[in-house]
Amino acid sequence: MAPTVIPFGPQHPVLPEPLHLQITVVDEVVSEVLPKLGFVHRGLENLVLKRDIHQMVQVVERVCGICSCIHAHTYCMAIEELMDVQVPPRADYLRIIWGELHRMHSHLLWLGLLADAFGFESLFMQCWKIREKVMDIQEATSGNRVIVSVNVVGGVRRELTPEQCTWILETLEEVEKELLEIKQVFIDDFSVQKRTRGVGILSREEAYESGAVGPTLRGSGVAQDVRQSGYGAYSELDFEPVTEPDGDSYSRAKVRFREVLQSIDLVRQGISRLPQGESRVKVKGWPEGEAISRTEQPRGELMYYIKADGSKHLERMRIRTPTFANIPGMLKMLPGVDLANVPVAVLSIDPCISCTER
Amino acid sequence: MIERIKRSELKNRVWEMKNMGYRLVTMSSVDTGEDIEYIYHFDKDLNMVNFAISVPHGESPESISEIYGSALLVENEIQDHFGVSFTGLALDFKGSFFLEDEVQKAPFCAMSIKRQESNAEGNE
Amino acid sequence: MLHMTPSILKNFFSKSATRLYPVEVREPFEHSRGALEIRLEDCIFCGTCMRKCPSKCITVDKNAGTWDMDPFACVYCGICVDNCPTHCLYQAREYRPPEAEKSHVFLQGEPPKKKSKKKQASGEEEVSGQEGEDQNGGDET
Repeated sequence: MAPTVIPFGPQHPVLPEPLHLQITVVDEVVSEVLPKLGFVHRGLENLVLKRDIHQMVQVVERVCGICSCIHAHTYCMAIEELMDVQVPPRADYLRIIWGELHRMHSHLLWLGLLADAFGFESLFMQCWKIREKVMDIQEATSGNRVIVSVNVVGGVRRELTPEQCTWILETLEEVEKELLEIKQVFIDDFSVQKRTRGVGILSREEAYESGAVGPTLRGSGVAQDVRQSGYGAYSELDFEPVTEPDGDSYSRAKVRFREVLQSIDLVRQGISRLPQGESRVKVKGWPEGEAISRTEQPRGELMYYIKADGSKHLERMRIRTPTFANIPGMLKMLPGVDLANVPVAVLSIDPCISCTER
Repeated sequence: MIERIKRSELKNRVWEMKNMGYRLVTMSSVDTGEDIEYIYHFDKDLNMVNFAISVPHGESPESISEIYGSALLVENEIQDHFGVSFTGLALDFKGSFFLEDEVQKAPFCAMSIKRQESNAEGNE
Repeated sequence: MLHMTPSILKNFFSKSATRLYPVEVREPFEHSRGALEIRLEDCIFCGTCMRKCPSKCITVDKNAGTWDMDPFACVYCGICVDNCPTHCLYQAREYRPPEAEKSHVFLQGEPPKKKSKKKQASGEEEVSGQEGEDQNGGDET
């Protein structure tokens, strides 16, 4: 049969992100893919000319809703490096506690969406029910469910009292208990395996060469995690990157599930070692020079390049988000997939188009 | 931290990076007034290596998408925002990757119009 | 094989995970960030909130003694609340209810009086002293 071109457009019932793919199929198997982006481009990098460096923290948080705390953390790290500001240790620990809570809620959201992509709605609802407890923790400690807005240049602007810490640990116990109840479903269930095993295979060399990062790379067997470089308080915590060898959507789902359990453990370690002291230092003056900072978002490695010239506005800010690096990997894995499995393959890299296009 | 090199050495350095096993993190570009500076960031095992070249306004830089395939997305984005055009790009969206066709003035580069005509007025 | 069945049976026989919203409302948390409010009698019209706001939604006129805010441009980040020198700004625990048309908040208060003597303790002063404002001129915290 002649090849047919199907637009997998920005509006689609099972695609959660506004991405356009022009898919050429021959007999229901994909043969070529052409992407098109640009539907939510807001031009946030240009806003550095109009907002000074302290107001930019709030702008940068709104690049992406799900990983907003980590965007602000990376930006503040770069500015603090330029201005030679030493953040107190308590602020470092508080930043990563909120960062790991963000990672948990992002992965739980993705696990629900994956189940929904192949029609397993009851598992979708179960994952999001567990996620509500994490959102409650975020709202009670910082004031907002999604954009927690706790980072400022020089530290954090909210505190955690000991009663709140005890309550967080109790809630995380309930979360862990409920997660372990559905763990066997993700690993062993017949329908999950039939729809995800062998879909969207990326071999180890292909994943590394096309520049994939995060769970997309770790699901193909490469143990690389930017948290191992020891920024913030991660140098004092004890963990290993989670990897799986196979390289298909099933491995990526397992990597993300195990990372939720790892994040619960990291929050417990962080709270037990939380040092006393102040959580914010005063910052005076304007930055000058160039700086690069990198952190690990739920989707992969985030990089900021900042150039400042001594005035209150920055000269240039460049953000490289992980989905931007995973898209070439996605384009490489799609040929050969059945048309009905395309949503599962696209979702398995965890796309976040609002991060990609800023 | 960022090494400034000459434009003619660029391809050799990029081939060196590829043979040593570095992966391309991204490219950044800054408009410094007289010319545009392109910065290449590479990483291997959590060590970063960065170098930069400067290209005057109006000239076309060379693409590295034949060496690193994933560079084509970044170069298309720089084409849209700065109004330059790379030579040898493997998949070229010709300026409509992020921005629509009706946007005529390149947003980041005050001195040129999109799709690279000769200089117009500058409006900082 | 039947790994999901225990969860499904438990959900079937326990109470529902959602609440019947308009009839039953959850109590908001203590530090929830809701609508932005001001105690106007404590405000000294210094303009710090106007300078720090990331979305530029507050306008303060010191001579006329007015404080305006656009509640639809505000992103409820709370930076103004953190930096207000007299702590007259605060955030309520509930969000603003939805409205059919965009509105604006205009408040008129007493502008600060010009003091003729700056310090009482040290003898005579030149007239037209400054008002006691201008906490942070250009440098931020």
